[in-house]
Amino acid sequence: MKIHEYQAKEVLARSGVPVPKNAGVADTAEQAAQAVEKLGGRGVIKAQVHTGGRGKAGGIKVAESPEAALEIAKSMLGMILKTHQAPQGIRVDKVLIEEPITITSEIYAAVLPDRVSRKNVIILSARGGMDIEAVAEEDPDAIARLSVDPLEGVCDYQLRDLCFRAKIETAFVNKVSGFLRSLYNAFVACDASLLEINPLAVTDTGRVLAADAKVDIDESALFRHPELAGYAEESEDDPIEAEAHKKDIAYVRLGGDVGIICNGAGLTMATMDAVQRAGGHPADFLDVGGGAQAERVKECLGIVLSDPNVKGVLINIFGGITRCDEVAKGVITATQSMDIKVPIVVRLAGTRAAEGSAILAGSSLVPAETMQDAAAQIVRLVNAA
Amino acid sequence: MSILIDSNTRVLVQGITGRDGAFHTGQMLEYGTKVVGGVTPGKGGQVTQGVPVFNSVADAVRETNANASVIFVPYNLNAADCIIEAAHAGIALVVCISENIPTSDMIRVNAILKSLGNVTRLIGPNCPGLITPGQTKIGIIPPTSFVPGNVGLVSRSGTLTYEIADELTRAGLGQTTAVGIGGDPMIGTKFIDVLPLFEADPNTHAIVMVGEIGGSDEEDGAAYIKAHMTKPVVGFIGGRTAPAGKRMGHAGAIISGNSGTPQAKVAALQDAGVPVADTMHEIPNLVKQALAQRQ
Repeated sequence: MKIHEYQAKEVLARSGVPVPKNAGVADTAEQAAQAVEKLGGRGVIKAQVHTGGRGKAGGIKVAESPEAALEIAKSMLGMILKTHQAPQGIRVDKVLIEEPITITSEIYAAVLPDRVSRKNVIILSARGGMDIEAVAEEDPDAIARLSVDPLEGVCDYQLRDLCFRAKIETAFVNKVSGFLRSLYNAFVACDASLLEINPLAVTDTGRVLAADAKVDIDESALFRHPELAGYAEESEDDPIEAEAHKKDIAYVRLGGDVGIICNGAGLTMATMDAVQRAGGHPADFLDVGGGAQAERVKECLGIVLSDPNVKGVLINIFGGITRCDEVAKGVITATQSMDIKVPIVVRLAGTRAAEGSAILAGSSLVPAETMQDAAAQIVRLVNAA
Repeated sequence: MSILIDSNTRVLVQGITGRDGAFHTGQMLEYGTKVVGGVTPGKGGQVTQGVPVFNSVADAVRETNANASVIFVPYNLNAADCIIEAAHAGIALVVCISENIPTSDMIRVNAILKSLGNVTRLIGPNCPGLITPGQTKIGIIPPTSFVPGNVGLVSRSGTLTYEIADELTRAGLGQTTAVGIGGDPMIGTKFIDVLPLFEADPNTHAIVMVGEIGGSDEEDGAAYIKAHMTKPVVGFIGGRTAPAGKRMGHAGAIISGNSGTPQAKVAALQDAGVPVADTMHEIPNLVKQALAQRQ
């Protein structure tokens, strides 16, 4: 789950990670102006959107007075911010107001789980402020790593050694390693799946603090973090995805016009691939999950059809736990209760496939034998529409 | 012959009285799996579907000599702890079906298994389990598409395993063992762990390896194949059109930055001499071609 910068900084501050002083978030220009006044008349206004590269796109601006803050916030709130990471653009609904700081050097720090070693790894580089993947490509030696033993935890000497390997200025090694200690504690405390500080700023007055912060939370761990539940609401950028997730449906919007409903993530991805191969463009990834009942299937169809781009739907089920007759019942009740104007191709295989096909016979739904056949049929129907 | 499980494997079901545990215990018994006991703390002494229930894995092992266990306990009842309990009781093969176990818990579990000397092999979590057709199955794999034969199947995806087994079986290619290793980022058994088992199994003549986007397990598998495998391997990668940065259903399937892309996986497999099927339908023919070339 992606959370906003201001929420990330709340999480970090709880574990003692130093962050700039702030006067909260604002969703109106007036609130932003008041916040800048509270900070003493100067403040940085930062758009709260789930993307990096905000500065270059005009999403971070310094206000020299409350009046300037009013103007800046007016133009920033409601704007569609387009960055290199989010070229489609994201609307700005909230801004964070922080104290201005003067940065003398920028460090990169991150904590994330490493799948290969099955350990958490802390990454540090003195070349902060820029895209770390670009640094990795042109100067891999500038990036130092520390694998944390899951049973021993992390030792201070290891953090200092990491700083030296990352070529952190000697005068700041103790402060930076202390920062990393708190950062690792924060990572563990909130069950993060990614914690990235870029830049970790060293200021003209010798402070070391998280100027920006990106925190992703492990969704599987949310059940034991009631303190993070409030963040879930603001974690969605797409209204259909938000609606689907409220109903606990695994749905990702992809932008094409062929709606896709399958069971199992692997089969859903393979079906997306088959549609693309047949010359179509998948509108979504939707996994109904194992053992879906008729009502669930109807709900899923509702989600897919709420995307106005969808010109046809492909339902591809390989029944294991999922029973094809239940899926068929769900599709039939959905077509009876909803006014569906687009073609639907259904392919059923596995558990109770024959019973499912019998239920669909005589309806307007288009049956298909195999996945390739189903993909070809739906693409043909959508292109003819 | 087969790998990991056969008709002699003695299976415990952790969470045997829960909805999924009870249902799949019935399915396993029906297939012929030797389910020798179940564990539900507080229900020790009961009998369900003819199977004795125990309060702990240690009790169950003492009474039944079980050497494998399958976990249906949900994430919010601490499924990760059940894996550790089974390992402490000396179970050699633990199959964890449960999904949504936090990554941090699985990091700890894998470290503990290592500290115990790797005597317990973990399959999963978030996996469908294994099947040795005609002999036994552990987990939730629907057996109808599987028949005994000489193809080994290893996959990160459950439903793709069924779909591909169906294609193989229709083409007259049976299977030695199919292993669903699970879709999570921190799984106990990876491609590089399963491939040597198939290489050593005299009945397995060819292997189908089914990967998907995210992580680098397919690349590591490809490197292993290149260096060590003599048997032919056919590959398939799901999610070749998935966009970067979007999590496709389960936690493991995500392209983040430059890592986990399908292009890198396909290229690594091809470099290792592994033909990669564009569609699942092509897999049986690629297997047949690989087997013919070898003879």
